[in-house]
Order: sequence, then structure tokens, then C-alpha cells
Amino acid sequence: MNLFLIAVGAAFVNNVVLSQFLGLCPFIGVSKKVNTAAGMGGAVIFVITIASAVASLIYKLILVPLNITYLQTIVFILVIAALVQFVEMFLKKGMPSLYSALGVYLPLITTNCAVLGVALINVQKSYGFLESVINGFGTALGFTVAIVIMAGIREKIEYNDVPESFKGTPIVLVTAGLMAMAFFGFSGLIK
Amino acid sequence: MNKTLERLKCGMITENPTFVQMLGMCPTMAVTTSAVNGLGMGLTTTVILILSNMMISALRNAIPDKVRIPAYIVIVASFVTIVQFLLEGFVPSLYDSLGIYIPLIVVNCIILGRAESYASKNNIWLSMFDGIGMGLGFTVGLTLIGIFRELFGNGTVFGIRIMPGSYEPVTILILAPGAFFVLACLIAVQNKVRSSKAKKAGVSVTVCGKESGCEGCTNTLCEGKTFTMENVEREKEES
Repeated sequence: MNLFLIAVGAAFVNNVVLSQFLGLCPFIGVSKKVNTAAGMGGAVIFVITIASAVASLIYKLILVPLNITYLQTIVFILVIAALVQFVEMFLKKGMPSLYSALGVYLPLITTNCAVLGVALINVQKSYGFLESVINGFGTALGFTVAIVIMAGIREKIEYNDVPESFKGTPIVLVTAGLMAMAFFGFSGLIK
Repeated sequence: MNKTLERLKCGMITENPTFVQMLGMCPTMAVTTSAVNGLGMGLTTTVILILSNMMISALRNAIPDKVRIPAYIVIVASFVTIVQFLLEGFVPSLYDSLGIYIPLIVVNCIILGRAESYASKNNIWLSMFDGIGMGLGFTVGLTLIGIFRELFGNGTVFGIRIMPGSYEPVTILILAPGAFFVLACLIAVQNKVRSSKAKKAGVSVTVCGKESGCEGCTNTLCEGKTFTMENVEREKEES
């Protein structure tokens, strides 16, 4: 039950994009079409879940016993960068169909600050291994929900008469702001 | 001497990271709920930017070209860790309110951007001033946005009450949606300025002013045409 609360909290109450402002670049950059947005969301779920599992293991098994937890930022960023490369190589060899679906989005994820953010939040809240994985999965799920909804709205905005200066990024941000207000409705879910 | 002053002016005005280049938007939106937080985040980033620029510039001949990005990330992450501990020790209130956004300075694209485009090609002295200029430009941007949001969202600036007691604060501005609205208006103003400037120069708005190419660019008016002087000349001739 506790794990379920963590997942729901990470996905909806503290939505990674709409209330924590992490991963804004792909949120704005890859949300033009629902298909690509869903692809990006899938890749993010995949990478963040693995990254939070690996980061949690490294923190518990290497950094804590050696008493070098102060190196967490350096270690996490390097691990994540290497991990994304490995995942890409592994998928290319092992699961070509998944690779062709996610391929283009994987390199983009290295620069996604949500991945590092989740790893750091897991440490900050002193989550165990299972809790970290669930939190990572929930966060990524929240990202996917937000980016797919945004892409759906953007496909409709195409036909609207937006003021010249607000075309492009500004109207996307205004939409995101309205979505953030809507997501406030979830804040009553968890005490 | 002229060149150092030029670096400062470039960072603070002509290539201001917040208002002109629109870089580092995640921290900009997250920490500008109050002027103090904006200023604190800006100064923290400035210190890290100066140190990492100097270090990368000093090592620019030692770092092999192929592994330069991981090397830069390690250098930046080291300085971020040091600064994080200094903040925790000496300014705990700021450390608490910035929270997770301090370690996330590592992935702030301003820092890697300056390392890649300036510090890796220039000497230590100029790189230092480039860091100071860009950092202060970022600080000014964050502080101004912070002042705006705090003034209208809470009626105060740096914690001092400015608005009269009868003023009903627009609380939404200091909440998450407010960040999106403020940034949207900022970019809209920038689009307006750009398109009117382009019209004045007789150039179509489809050419943007960004030398670093379209990656991470938020100006959607340009639709992917990379900025070069030739493009501008050609546009002028065509019109």
C-alpha cells in the first residue's frame, strides 16, 4: 500500500514536469504529435526505472560502505550517462523492435534532468531499493501522462488563432500552466 | 582590457542567458518563487560557472577531444559538490529552500554550453570574465523574475512589504502554474522584440539570431533555419 502511495504521489501529486519543473526541454521539444510524445514517454519510463534501480544499488552497495556519499552527484551523472549508452547498445542487439521504436529518443534522455533529479530525490528521501524503483517508475509515468496530454492539446492548438507573439513555445507554456492548475486537484489524494 | 569588458557586457546584456538565449529554464522556473531564492540560485550558478570555466580553460590542451564532454561534466559536478557543502555549512536557509536544484546545476545547459563554446577555446583570464558576465546575467535574470513573482504574488520584495495592505496578492504567481505563465509572457515579449527588430532591418522573421544553431532554441518563429551572416544577406536581397 505504501508503495502504491509513492507511485501515485510521484506520478500525479508531485508531477515531475508540472510541479517540479524537471525535464522541461523534452516536454516542450517532443510534444508536437501524440505518437512521438508516447514514444518519448515510453523511453523515459524505461530509462528512469532502470536508472533509479542502478543508482539506488550503487548508493547502497558502494557509496555508503565506502563512506563516500558526498560523491553522489558526480557518480550519479556518470552512471546515468553510461547507462543510457549501454541501454541503447543492448536494445540495438537484443531487442531490435523496441530499439526502432525508442531509438531516436534514447540519446535525448541523457540531457533530461529528470533522470538525475529522481536519483537524487530517492537518496534525499532515503528510499530503499524497491521504493526507489517504484518512485522512478511513478515519476516517469507522470512525465508520460503530462507529455501525451500536452501533445493531444497541441494537435488541437494548431487550428486555433493564437496571437502572433504567443505562437510556438509561449502558448505551450500557457497550456502547461493550465495543466499544472488542473493537477493541483490531485494534491488532496495524499496527506 | 577591452576584451574583458566586452565579455562582461556580452554575458549581461547582448547574450543574456535568461532573456536572450533562454537557457537554463528548469532552475529559472523552479526557484524564482521569491527574489531571495532567485538571487541565491543565480550567485551559486555564477560561482560554479566561473570556477568551471577557469578549470576547463586551464585544462583545454590536456583534455582529449573525444572525451571532453564527460571530462567537463566531472569538473562541473566536482565544483557543484564543493559549493553544495559550502552552502549547507554557511547558508543553511538558502540550502534548504533551493534543495534538489543545487545538485541539478550539473545539468544546467548554461554551464556546459559556455564550457563547450567559450572556455575550451580561450585563455583562463578571458574565460573567467566570460563566467562572471554570463553568471551575473543569469543572476540578474533570475532576480528580476523573482522580484516580479514575489511582488505580485505575495506583495513583498526580498521579504519587505511593498504593496499596501489592501492589496490582494495573486497567489497563483508564486505557485507552479505562475512560473509557466510568467515564462510564457517573457518569451512572447522576446518574440515580439525579435520580429519587430527583424522587420526594421528588412529581414524576414524566419532567420533567428542564434549562432549556436537550433539545438535547445526556444524561438519557434525561425522554423529551423540556422543563423549565418550569408542567410541574413540573402534574405535582405530577396526582400
